[in-house]
Amino acid sequence: MKQNWFYRKSSIKKLWIGTIIVLALTVIAEFFVHLHPHFDIESYFAFHAVYGFLACIAMVLFAKLLGYLIKRKDDYYDV
Amino acid sequence: MMCSLLHPGLILILAGLLIPLCKGKLRTAVVLAVPLCALAVVWNLDLTTSCSTSYLGFELQLLRLDALSLLFITVFAITVFTGSLYCCLQANSRELSAAFIYAGGAMAVVLAGDLITLFIFWELMALSSTLVLWSASNESSRRAGMRYILIHLLGGVVLMAGITAYLNQTGSIALTAMQPDSIGTVLILCGFLLNAGAPPLTAWLADAYPEASFSGMVFLSAFTTKTAVYVLMRGFPGTEILIAIGVFMIFYGIIYALLENDMRRILAYSIVNQVGFMICGIGIGTEMALNGAAAHAFTHIVYKALLLMSAGSVLYMTGKRKCTDLGGLIHSMPVTAVCGIIGALAISSFPLTSGFVSKSMITQSAVDQHILWVWLALQAASAGVFLHAGIKFPWFVFFQKDSGLRPEDPPLNMQLGMILFAFVCLFLGVFPNVLYAMLPYQVDYVPYTAAHTLTQLQLLLFSGLAFFVMLPLMKRTLTISLDFDWFYRKLIPQLVKWLEQLLSIVSQWLMPIQNKLMTVSLLQNASVSNRTLAFNLCLVMFLFVITLIYYLLV
Repeated sequence: MKQNWFYRKSSIKKLWIGTIIVLALTVIAEFFVHLHPHFDIESYFAFHAVYGFLACIAMVLFAKLLGYLIKRKDDYYDV
Repeated sequence: MMCSLLHPGLILILAGLLIPLCKGKLRTAVVLAVPLCALAVVWNLDLTTSCSTSYLGFELQLLRLDALSLLFITVFAITVFTGSLYCCLQANSRELSAAFIYAGGAMAVVLAGDLITLFIFWELMALSSTLVLWSASNESSRRAGMRYILIHLLGGVVLMAGITAYLNQTGSIALTAMQPDSIGTVLILCGFLLNAGAPPLTAWLADAYPEASFSGMVFLSAFTTKTAVYVLMRGFPGTEILIAIGVFMIFYGIIYALLENDMRRILAYSIVNQVGFMICGIGIGTEMALNGAAAHAFTHIVYKALLLMSAGSVLYMTGKRKCTDLGGLIHSMPVTAVCGIIGALAISSFPLTSGFVSKSMITQSAVDQHILWVWLALQAASAGVFLHAGIKFPWFVFFQKDSGLRPEDPPLNMQLGMILFAFVCLFLGVFPNVLYAMLPYQVDYVPYTAAHTLTQLQLLLFSGLAFFVMLPLMKRTLTISLDFDWFYRKLIPQLVKWLEQLLSIVSQWLMPIQNKLMTVSLLQNASVSNRTLAFNLCLVMFLFVITLIYYLLV
């Protein structure tokens, strides 16, 4: 059976390129839109992009570490 | 008498009692028509309508209608309608009946003008939601339901104790804004918060809801936590501690959802996360924040029901709920997948969806109050919502890998339920003024400014990038995560076991004495078990006599 478009190596590469272009556009757009920063920290260039990215990395890493402590096999309560 | 005819909650409860008597097409007609009737009735009432009765010398206000209660009644009614449409041909009558009584109880809580009426329907909700849970009729739902009802009865006792103390102190049973400065109001606050899924007893939600049937969880997700949000808005607006509690719930929901493998448990944790946003807004307490919390409750009920209908369809068609078993379903279940993705975008507050126009108001209120740490927390959390619910749920269920499963989309009525709510999510996102017009305070807020849309897109798209960069770390495992329920599911049973072992050791020590006593007693010819029984009785009597003597002497 022919592999679905979504799972082909070539199309995954295309998807990545498209994604990166869109991401870059949202940052470049900052040159053309005035952002009305309220807090000082907001006035750094691409603050929301960097903050969103770093916050997510931090949360995933924290979850991973916490996982070592609190993860159990899913029949933990059944036995 | 007029009262009960005009009270949407009582209409639903009555319908719930009649549903088991109806069969086939009649049942379908009843479950679809009644929520719409309740909605029509309540929209035709004057906003000043009230209705009271007296009970035990108290004047109970059964129906107090204003903009805030009308908003909640409206969303409850459309959720009952859509939930019924989704499962009217598949669910059993027990579940539908319990769900209607549960929804009616929730409406009655929302309309209650005093604490006693509130308490009565609060408990009715606890009982009927347990019945919804038990309608799944399997061992795991039976056990989860038992834990669920125990926690909620505990919450009910705390609430009743609070109401009694409050009544004793103030002589009033009116449900008005309170300050948590006396034992009564603190207990009332605790009782409310327990139903909202606040810490420390947060675990009941993710423990119980995913054990409901494919459709039961759609109903369960809508009412208990949101009535708690409603009564907190009434009772404790601007209570500062709620900001901290809300922020804790937001991050608790994200972290636990990231660790979770069961798709419906991911969505259950995300209920706690979303309710955290509302509680945070109630804690901030400005008109903008309260409007935001109310609007977010409305939009959240809709998109969470949509997500759960999508997950429920997958469960109904495949019988599987673990991310490790699922994947690649978009090709065989396109309608379910597209509706699920719309729900996922709405929960992530993507521009043009309902979440964008409601959550922004809460964030904006933190800006207006110049509370930097809350704003930073809410922004990080918005990114985190996209991570744990916005991408994780659709990715692992509909994309990820080819699981080999080829289920079709569910039956037509289930698809219609999903399509209807997907439409509502997009409609409110495009025409936010329809929602804003229903809010309790005048809205002076424009969500679609170029700056706001752009910053939100940056935040979300880059958190999406983080998801795919971190994908190797997010590999699903066959695990659960320990939570507060560990104390009552593992620790206490273990302590009881140890106590039993200790007692058996003690009784073995006493065995020789027992045997000696028995040989000289009248029970020489009795069986071993009878002898043990007699010995234990003697022991108890002996201890009783010692205690008696002690009390007489001291």
